[in-house]
Amino acid sequence: MKLTSLLATAALGLGLATAAVAQDKTKVGFVYVGPVGDGGWTYEHDQGRKAVVAEFGDKVETVYVENVAEGPDSERVMTQMALDGADLIFTTSFGYMDPTINVAKKFPNVKFEHATGYKRSDNVSTYSARFYEGRAVQGTIAGHMTKSNIVGYIGSFPIPEVVRGINSAFIHARKVNPDVQFKIVWAFTWFDPAKEADAAKVLIEQGADVILQHTDSTAPQAAAQTAGNVITFGQASDMSEYGPMPRVSSIIDDWAPYYIERTQAVMDGTWESKDTWDGIGAGMVGIGEISDAVPADVKEAALAIKASLADGSYHAFTGPIKKQDGSDWLAEGETADDGTLAGMNFYVEGLEGDIPQ
Amino acid sequence: MDLSAINPVLLIASLMVAATPILLAAIGELVVEKAGVLNLGVEGMMIVGAISGFAITVESGSPWLGFLASAIGGALLSLLFVLLTQVALANQVASGLALTLFGLGFSSLMGQSYVGIKPPQMGKLDIPFLTDLPFIGPILFGHDPILYLGIALTAAVWALLKYTRVGLVLRAVGENHDAAHALGYKVVRIRIMAIMFGGACAGLGGAYISLIRVPQWTEGMTAGVGWIALALVVFASWKPWRALLGAYLFGGVTVVQLNLQAAGVAIPVEYLAMSPYLITIIVLVFLSRDKSGAPASLGRIFHATH
Repeated sequence: MKLTSLLATAALGLGLATAAVAQDKTKVGFVYVGPVGDGGWTYEHDQGRKAVVAEFGDKVETVYVENVAEGPDSERVMTQMALDGADLIFTTSFGYMDPTINVAKKFPNVKFEHATGYKRSDNVSTYSARFYEGRAVQGTIAGHMTKSNIVGYIGSFPIPEVVRGINSAFIHARKVNPDVQFKIVWAFTWFDPAKEADAAKVLIEQGADVILQHTDSTAPQAAAQTAGNVITFGQASDMSEYGPMPRVSSIIDDWAPYYIERTQAVMDGTWESKDTWDGIGAGMVGIGEISDAVPADVKEAALAIKASLADGSYHAFTGPIKKQDGSDWLAEGETADDGTLAGMNFYVEGLEGDIPQ
Repeated sequence: MDLSAINPVLLIASLMVAATPILLAAIGELVVEKAGVLNLGVEGMMIVGAISGFAITVESGSPWLGFLASAIGGALLSLLFVLLTQVALANQVASGLALTLFGLGFSSLMGQSYVGIKPPQMGKLDIPFLTDLPFIGPILFGHDPILYLGIALTAAVWALLKYTRVGLVLRAVGENHDAAHALGYKVVRIRIMAIMFGGACAGLGGAYISLIRVPQWTEGMTAGVGWIALALVVFASWKPWRALLGAYLFGGVTVVQLNLQAAGVAIPVEYLAMSPYLITIIVLVFLSRDKSGAPASLGRIFHATH
């Protein structure tokens, strides 16, 4: 009798203790499109995850799943995370948009954060960075640096985010070099080193001496290095192991402050669905150090653009800008509104070729 | 559209590079199938070869040692297939698929600490005068040694199968293993050697991707090349030179379609992207109209007491 009650008390105590621990810990899940070691996009998201762990220590538990294919399979992964008790789930690729919305419907108490998308609901926020601001800096350097006046661009998928980057880079390259041409290859993948390397080689063979990439691996950097005399920019991550040549600068995604802020909000119970779109000014987009391969005056011009984008005195899409078909888009001095940018599906005047539909 | 931007010399040179992994894997599998064994594990052996070669190259600093290691790695993995199909007499199709799945997983495990590292580069052939020749110089004399090894292997396998006694025995085992056994040939031993040769070739092909074509290690980087090599063997009617043609055709169309995209040709990208598969299949189907069939014992299990 005594023993039983003792055991019961112990069990009860233990149960309470576990429950208490479970309540204390906020569980944060991350769904990644590539491996954490890609050295680019997913790597930086994982750096953000590590920052959350460093910030909150024992109060938080993080889980992540790598190499999750975009589309229906990601729903399975998210559902599993939600079932395992995640309080907050970051889905970090554009193609997870509809799956995130679907799973969020089934788990109204779990908060979801979808990167780079535009569909929200009561428990789904979206967040993205104004990468196009970084592209403006890259375009400036590219326009100055190219000798062949051919800039190669490896596109991933023809979605607004990528098209925005192409337009922004092109506008700013043309601004400093009216003769510059862009050659665009669509790889239809975020991450396939062999394909990205082939695409970079082809662009170099066709005369490009600057390669911009919107894919996630370092393969184009390696291809440019082999070719020599070709410059590249780190994508999503610094990729400084390829500096000072071919990598002369980079766009760095810094997700850590946002991830910490949102985790804190879940802990405090103040989390609300919202849309975050921050750029260089807020620190979500960083510009990697511009290497010595870039002449001092070019570096200065690039840093000037960066500064004016950061303090808001300049918008990367400032008129006059025409669309590819010659129709007017932005009048003199007019800046693009976020709605148009978010759904951008057209090239600006001067770019050749069509966006695959 | 500006087709003049496409440089034919560089185009041919880079299509040879794109074709070499497929060629190496296909030649290995061709020998395996000629011996009457169907090994669907090419993709798995390639990716294990890719990481073995990459790891050893990084550790030792020598790409040559790396390529040697990739061949050994591929051959070791194929021993698993040997164990399943030649000793335990398991179904070859199922064993081969298992080998691919195992290889993909095992290679990710092996490669954990090699992500994001740059391997030492293998030098390119540089013969004074010859490499500098216009047009044919970059195409014929400007590549890495492994590319030539691929072509040499094709020639060697062709000569071996056609003119030598070893080749005759190998073909006999593949056509009718009971008859070959009755004549006193060691069917299982011959097949084991063929399978290991196939594994070594697939491993080399994988390492060619991770050490020369890309060059870096990432999970799943062979991205289906092994399956293409497998299909190529069938479409090439088990003939080495046709396998070479098919591999170059496939590599060629892959590179050409990227070139056309970059040159701004107004064909929808999706059609360009599927063209390598379509064109290779169509051409090889036309070539293989001459009824040269599969080895008669292909995929059949042999047991001496039956």
